[in-house]
Amino acid sequence: MKVARRAEFRGPTAAVVTLGALGLVPLLVGREDLLNLGVVFLLTVALAQSWNVIAGLAGQVNLGHAAFFGLGALVTRELWVTGTSIGLAMAAGAAVAAAAGVAVGLAAFRLRGAYFAIGTLALGEILRISVGNVLSEISTLPAATIAGYRLTARYYAALALAVGSVLIVTALGVSRLGLGMQAVREDEAAAAASGVGALGVKLRAVALSTALAGLTGGLFAYYHISYYPQHPFSPVWTFDAVLVTFIGGAGTAHGPVLGAAFYVLFKEYLAVRWVDAHLLIFGTLFVLIVLLLPGGLVEAGQRLSRRLARPGAGAAASAGP
Amino acid sequence: MRVLLQQLLLGLLLGGLYGLAAAGLSLIFGVLKVLNVAHGELIMVGGYLAFWLATGLGLDPFLALLAVIPLTAVLGLALYGALFGFVVRFDEETRIKNSLLVGFGLALTLHALAVRAFTADERSIPTAYWGQTVALGGLVVPVGRLASLAVALALIGLTHLFLARGRWGQAIRAVAEDWEAALLQGIDVRRAYLLAFAIGTGLAGAAGALVSVGYSISPAIGLEWTLKALIVVVLAGLGSLVGTFVGGLVLGLAEAASALTFGGPYREVVGLLLFFCVLLGRPQGLFGRA
Repeated sequence: MKVARRAEFRGPTAAVVTLGALGLVPLLVGREDLLNLGVVFLLTVALAQSWNVIAGLAGQVNLGHAAFFGLGALVTRELWVTGTSIGLAMAAGAAVAAAAGVAVGLAAFRLRGAYFAIGTLALGEILRISVGNVLSEISTLPAATIAGYRLTARYYAALALAVGSVLIVTALGVSRLGLGMQAVREDEAAAAASGVGALGVKLRAVALSTALAGLTGGLFAYYHISYYPQHPFSPVWTFDAVLVTFIGGAGTAHGPVLGAAFYVLFKEYLAVRWVDAHLLIFGTLFVLIVLLLPGGLVEAGQRLSRRLARPGAGAAASAGP
Repeated sequence: MRVLLQQLLLGLLLGGLYGLAAAGLSLIFGVLKVLNVAHGELIMVGGYLAFWLATGLGLDPFLALLAVIPLTAVLGLALYGALFGFVVRFDEETRIKNSLLVGFGLALTLHALAVRAFTADERSIPTAYWGQTVALGGLVVPVGRLASLAVALALIGLTHLFLARGRWGQAIRAVAEDWEAALLQGIDVRRAYLLAFAIGTGLAGAAGALVSVGYSISPAIGLEWTLKALIVVVLAGLGSLVGTFVGGLVLGLAEAASALTFGGPYREVVGLLLFFCVLLGRPQGLFGRA
């Protein structure tokens, strides 16, 4: 049991240690472009993990996830620029996002599987269009705030959020709530028959997931100097989270970290040559993963290490379904 | 009053395209239990094919349509062979969920390819009759859009006739009803799936060609059209293409009415809200089984 536990934590531990090491980067290099890339990566980790909670662990493919990221950004920004401290503003953003998440969940959890997915996609679009109509002006920080803008503060805040999100998913993996979420994902009727309160579990999952998305949105508002309020509501954020989570390994604590590293670096590398090429590559990769390798990079790594550990048995194992 | 009627008329004309866009999705979903969320991207591809044929070869867009349908149908065959053929091996619930994910990846890929090939600009096919209108009891009817509605209706009618009377059409309906029973009757289920998928993508291509005549296309229109088609499918239910077409007209009218009531920027919202409410009303899904 102890050995099994240790193996279970190996991936997440490596992820947290790697992220922790990123904390040294601002001390070693002062290059702003690297720090900005770091913030984008850490935000991607946190957003993907927030989606991972509802979809990877609880199996509810929420395609309206950007709405909660956007709500967090909206509330945080409004409060922060009118004088509230950023910590309090982000907490309020997370609370509003979670409240909206529970409200959506109460209605949409009547829907199963793909119907939940398209229903939440529609809700996300409703919110995006409405916000775009009501707040069409670009949101820019006041001059005084820009003068005092320190990138390292954003970097460390994003780092803390990313590490926190990995820890939350790791803890969920072995907690009663997390096990309940996975039971609901595998077979909701069977889970309910075994005494798991499916609706309660799903509501707690969506509350946690949307609160984390709201916090990430808050950080987005803290990081960016100017953007259109509608932008964080764009379905692109949902798509990013879906791609990163699936490519890394849905339902695992370290998969999204791996996926985000892969995604952000590739996107950065390709953007120089050809804008949006990453979507061509990652869209194709995503399809292949759904069809051939549902566990993503994490599963690929496990298969590879198993094969390396037992060269004879590896071939036999891969012959199975 | 005239403004109201004029807006409703334009909504009705657009609604015909919603109906045609939804027909392909409905056919594929109803028969294969595959929810292809890249349907809007297939419409976009059809639009660009028509644009190419019209501007490159100088074909009339309605003539180009005749080439676009078989081309997109062949694209459908390829997509079925490469992707969706793997999905239909699963049970119904997994099928829908996996097809949604596969379609999502496909949508991103097609969108990125289209940006690469055609740039992100909006385009529409210039025609001699662009801007020409006929008067109808004081209302102004754009000729191109009216012709589009007629073509959409004709295509729906032909497909309906094929499904109702044709030998393979009946096989497709039998497979949609119960594929195992159809298999036991000696129907080639795989071929029926392939055929239904190809017809569905062909209809998407046709819808795209019509969109590029009366309206405009860009690589980004995919998601919007997928949503329109999904809304209509959910409103109209599965099983009747004529019903789907009527559902499209209703959505077009509802959008026009809401644009008049709440202002243009909100015209999309009413359809999405309707969609969500109807979905909630049938939580077991569209196949009518618990």
